[in-house]
Amino acid sequence: MAAKSKHVVDFAKIKSTMSDPYKKPVQVIDENGKIVNQELFDQFSDDELVTLMEKMVWERALHEQTMNFSRQGRLGFYAPTYGEEASEMGIAHAMKKQDYLFPAYRDLPQLIQHGATVKEGYLWSKGHYQAYDYVRRGVRAFIPQIIIGAQYVQSAGAALGIKKNGEKDTVAYTFTGDGGTSQGDFYEGINFASSFQAPEVFFVQNNGWAISVPRKTQTAAETLAQKGVASGVPGVQVDGMDILATYLVAKEARDFVVAGNGPALVETLTYRFGAHSSAGDDPSRYRTKEQEKPWFDRDPLIRLRKVLTDKKLWDQDKEDKLVAQYKDEFKDAMKDAEAAPKQKVSDFLKNTFEVPTPDVAADIKKYEAKESK
Amino acid sequence: MAKMTYIKAITNGLDQVLQDDPKTLIFGEDVGKNGGVFRTTEGLQDKYGEDRVFDTPLAESGILGMSIGLALTGWRPIPEIQFMGFTMEAVDSVGGQMSRNRFRFSGDVTMPITIRTPFGGGTHTAELHGDSLENLFIGIPGLRVVTPANPYDAKGMVISAVENNDPVLFMENLKLYRSMKDEVPDGHYTVPLDKANVVREGSDITVVAYSAEVNEALKVADKLEKENISVEVIDLRSLSPIDDETIFASIDKTHKVVIAQEAQKMAGAGAKVASDIAENDIMSLDAPIGRVSAPDSIFPFAMAENDWLPNADDIEAKVREILNY
Repeated sequence: MAAKSKHVVDFAKIKSTMSDPYKKPVQVIDENGKIVNQELFDQFSDDELVTLMEKMVWERALHEQTMNFSRQGRLGFYAPTYGEEASEMGIAHAMKKQDYLFPAYRDLPQLIQHGATVKEGYLWSKGHYQAYDYVRRGVRAFIPQIIIGAQYVQSAGAALGIKKNGEKDTVAYTFTGDGGTSQGDFYEGINFASSFQAPEVFFVQNNGWAISVPRKTQTAAETLAQKGVASGVPGVQVDGMDILATYLVAKEARDFVVAGNGPALVETLTYRFGAHSSAGDDPSRYRTKEQEKPWFDRDPLIRLRKVLTDKKLWDQDKEDKLVAQYKDEFKDAMKDAEAAPKQKVSDFLKNTFEVPTPDVAADIKKYEAKESK
Repeated sequence: MAKMTYIKAITNGLDQVLQDDPKTLIFGEDVGKNGGVFRTTEGLQDKYGEDRVFDTPLAESGILGMSIGLALTGWRPIPEIQFMGFTMEAVDSVGGQMSRNRFRFSGDVTMPITIRTPFGGGTHTAELHGDSLENLFIGIPGLRVVTPANPYDAKGMVISAVENNDPVLFMENLKLYRSMKDEVPDGHYTVPLDKANVVREGSDITVVAYSAEVNEALKVADKLEKENISVEVIDLRSLSPIDDETIFASIDKTHKVVIAQEAQKMAGAGAKVASDIAENDIMSLDAPIGRVSAPDSIFPFAMAENDWLPNADDIEAKVREILNY
């Protein structure tokens, strides 16, 4: 036996330093509304700053009104977006119409920004086929995915399809949360897109919680941004409570992948202020007010509101009017959703196969007879 | 017209669809340069290029998941899952995703995907290669599950599957790949995906079978003919849907039926056939429905396969039992 001396490999050192390149979240304005990166801040025109603020106010108002409807028993499953406005709207602002969007269930605001309507969002929650009418209008978006991870492998295929179609300036976007990064499909999707060097941006909106399971239980890796490196995909963390940083990183990632460099991965550091869903989840069972407090201090609206107010681009009156206007629109959307036609089982049967099988054809007759009564 | 093995007939059919439709893509593990571990896609990458016929990373959920994204962007994917046992890794992509999209989008989004996969016992493969997992897939609405039993059908059905605008699970029998040769026409032709085939006419009893069991049933029919027993043999071809019409027409004539399958008995195609007969045509029968299948154990260790798989002797015994009822 050789004398115990130097390590052949210093695993401890590798482990303690391997996350270092990923632990530098991009930030433009901090939680106090202080501009921490003037050069990046100067890339925004006043109009653009106001637009980004308006989008966050819109998403917050959408959440509030939707929770109201939910409490009134007028909706089905709804995953609150409260707290994630900078992450979701920053990314949505970087998307182009021709991009393919593969959302998960907490990504309805981005889906609506991409061309779906609020009414369709409500119909999705309630469970009605007209939720997906956006596809008929040519909106390039898939369903809000329920089987977390599936959207990663599907979007990798879409990214390859885009590449094979020779479509320039077009990318596939997909989203998951911190919990989703534990799924096998998460890794398969990133790895496939990388193997094919396909134009895709993978987003991980790390909001700290997969229902009740904290981020640290998902993985011992210090960041989720580094989850791409094993597949040859560059990853970055961004302050997901800073919409300016989130937008710039999303845009940079998009520019990188449309240039033919293969996919990129972006982890936004954000927080789920509310419950996992409107259906009975109670965060007080698994986290304390003390744990939540620092995140509420990082509220994405507070910091941009301060910056804009200082620049005389924003005031409370303007915001209140906007919120009232948006909420009126959401109320109209809900009325439209509630006026959606009664669904027919015979239609579901007709949409099972292009050419109905004998059993399906028999069922169509049976249900059409029932429905005509 | 040329004499072709079952596997060459599939290759020939794939060649045809690649030629006919520039949107078709073949991909999977080893399907490119290697031409597939069984050589089913041999020569196709050379002929159509790496853009159309290509290898993927080794991940079944990825392969079938990416098929969905490719279909959404206008392509007609023909993924290969190297062995049917490996489809277990990709059940969500099939049952949870691609098969639901026509329904989800009210017909606005279609999934013209043909999943090819070899299955079937008798070739002494390693575990989870030859398993007959059709029982798992025939319960998925929106998915067609088909399997040819001879070279002519193999080519015609693979072309039909690819041209179909719904997802099709196309099961290729491992044992039949090189053990069967038949006349196969040149060029384009189709065999319907949802029509059972009366492969041999008879008048005393009907044997309903699919895939390799069709050949076992034909052996029985040959043998019993010498005793003046006339056996009608039906090849299901499609396991979902089941073509009841052809089966009912047959038993209306023979009044007796034996259903033979290589898969385990539980919740399978044979059970569906038996149930359809019981529900809709039971009065035609003058004896109970006979079943021949593998037992409801796990697919066996390779050295014991022949003790486990149902064969012509099992079918013959059951046919005699039902005839003598």
